[in-house]
Amino acid sequence: MRRLFKRRPGKIPGFPLTMGITVTYLGLIVLIPLAGLVLKTANLSWSQFWATITDDRVTASLRLSIGASLAAATINLFFGFMAAWVLVRYPFPGRKIVDALVDLPFAMPTAVSGIALTALYARNGWLGGPLSHVGIDGAFSRFGIVIALTFIGLPFVVRTLQPALSDLDAEIEEAAASLGAGRLQTVGRVVVPAVLPALLAGFAMAFARAVGEYGSVVFISGNMPMKTEITPLLIVTKLEQYDVAGATSIALTLLGFSFTMLLVVNGIQVWNTARTRA
Amino acid sequence: MANAVTSSLSLPARAGAPATRDTALTRWLLTGVALTFLGVFLILPLVVVFAEALREGFGVYLKIFQDPDALAAIRLTLIAAGVSVPLNVVFGLCAAWAITKFKFRGRSLLVTLIDLPIAVSPVVAGLIYVLVFGRQGWLGPWLAEHDIKIIFAVPGIVLATVFITFPYVARELIPLMEEQGVEEEQAAMTLGARGWTMFRRVTLPNIRWALLYGVILCNARAMGEFGAVSVVSGHIRGQTNTLPLHVEILYNEYSFVAAFATASLLAILAIITLVLKSAVEYRVRRQMELSARMGDES
Repeated sequence: MRRLFKRRPGKIPGFPLTMGITVTYLGLIVLIPLAGLVLKTANLSWSQFWATITDDRVTASLRLSIGASLAAATINLFFGFMAAWVLVRYPFPGRKIVDALVDLPFAMPTAVSGIALTALYARNGWLGGPLSHVGIDGAFSRFGIVIALTFIGLPFVVRTLQPALSDLDAEIEEAAASLGAGRLQTVGRVVVPAVLPALLAGFAMAFARAVGEYGSVVFISGNMPMKTEITPLLIVTKLEQYDVAGATSIALTLLGFSFTMLLVVNGIQVWNTARTRA
Repeated sequence: MANAVTSSLSLPARAGAPATRDTALTRWLLTGVALTFLGVFLILPLVVVFAEALREGFGVYLKIFQDPDALAAIRLTLIAAGVSVPLNVVFGLCAAWAITKFKFRGRSLLVTLIDLPIAVSPVVAGLIYVLVFGRQGWLGPWLAEHDIKIIFAVPGIVLATVFITFPYVARELIPLMEEQGVEEEQAAMTLGARGWTMFRRVTLPNIRWALLYGVILCNARAMGEFGAVSVVSGHIRGQTNTLPLHVEILYNEYSFVAAFATASLLAILAIITLVLKSAVEYRVRRQMELSARMGDES
């Protein structure tokens, strides 16, 4: 019944005005500048573009950015699941404060997170000291990059999982338990599959965010070419050396990746909606 | 794309039914591991900012804020947020109105496009403006002829900030207004209300908490943006440095105490954001539940 009465165009006023503002503003701020990037790259020949993005330094940075982002997203997959589980299921004192703090990586400016993590993991830092005793360089290493990317991706996994876990019907767990499934079996065979779309969406978002991340990484990474130089930093470096073509080619590659991830996440959400309706 | 983060509406904890309850040992173990992880990754970085800032005492800490460059950075940060938040509020309201009150082709494409700035790397966001307005950019020669400076100047910083914070208000309003539908507006129109009056008296009260929520997120992002602003700023001390950029400069000059003192200002801003966010979140959730219930009844 409700659907019938929803949105009858022509009755509610303001469509031309609001739509006009929306499209104009979107075009001016987002679409035209982004199109500029694509057109700028179109000025390059295909071989120029290909030579730029297959340059050793560029491929090393891409491997590092993607590898470290995958590692960080995987860490968040496990610990984020655990954190979301604890926050949804177990009441404990201070739970609300901890819950609010999960958004800190989002609320804290990335430059601040960057220098804070560096201070923490440098050899004279609170965590870097003990780590160096076991032979791990906390900061100015790939380890440090993964730490920063884990920090930045954490809220994505936890916040996508929380609603999925609390929406979970208690009855299906009861059914599994009454059919003789052990607790671990219930969680592994019933709970995890039920929240799988949320788990995957959170993972994909954390991964995508990490690949493009700049502020929180540049301080802790040490920025050694071929070793700890992430792709976004390489774009900045090329731009500072007035290699606009080089910067643009790498940026387009990164942009293509962002688009793909956006589609993947949308796809997961569509799949999830279809699944819950069925 | 960052849907989960920005509209994280935390839900109350639920005690498991007896048949599905975890043993006490599991509970303790899981809670311990999760809290240790969150403590190391969330609380330690926050604490270290203040510890480093106060390393040489409170007197030294306060002196940092007498530095004219720091004050200029604070001013520029306020300008960037002061322009981008109102702009994105107007846009967010328009976009949400057009998208949720009307049916048209390409609606879901529009929603996806609005989310785009969140998916784009901040560095790429800065770069696209350099390509348009920079010296070798599209409009570069024309701007040089008319002596207008956008890149490495304040307008570029404002533009980059607007881009980064673009979706935050719209994406908070769209789900709520979608849920609310058009019944109340139609009722108001039957009673003779028109356009602006209807929006002010009927729509605005219904969405005020979600709007505030969007403003809080948008503002936090505007004041804290680093990557995009860094690309277009040119790092001219006292002129084109926002607070986060000022932190970077101090840090790279090895003025660690000053860097962390400046950073602590931004950390305080982050804490205030989290507190406000939790306070408003609850009201947004209630409004959402209310609308959903009314929807089911009609």
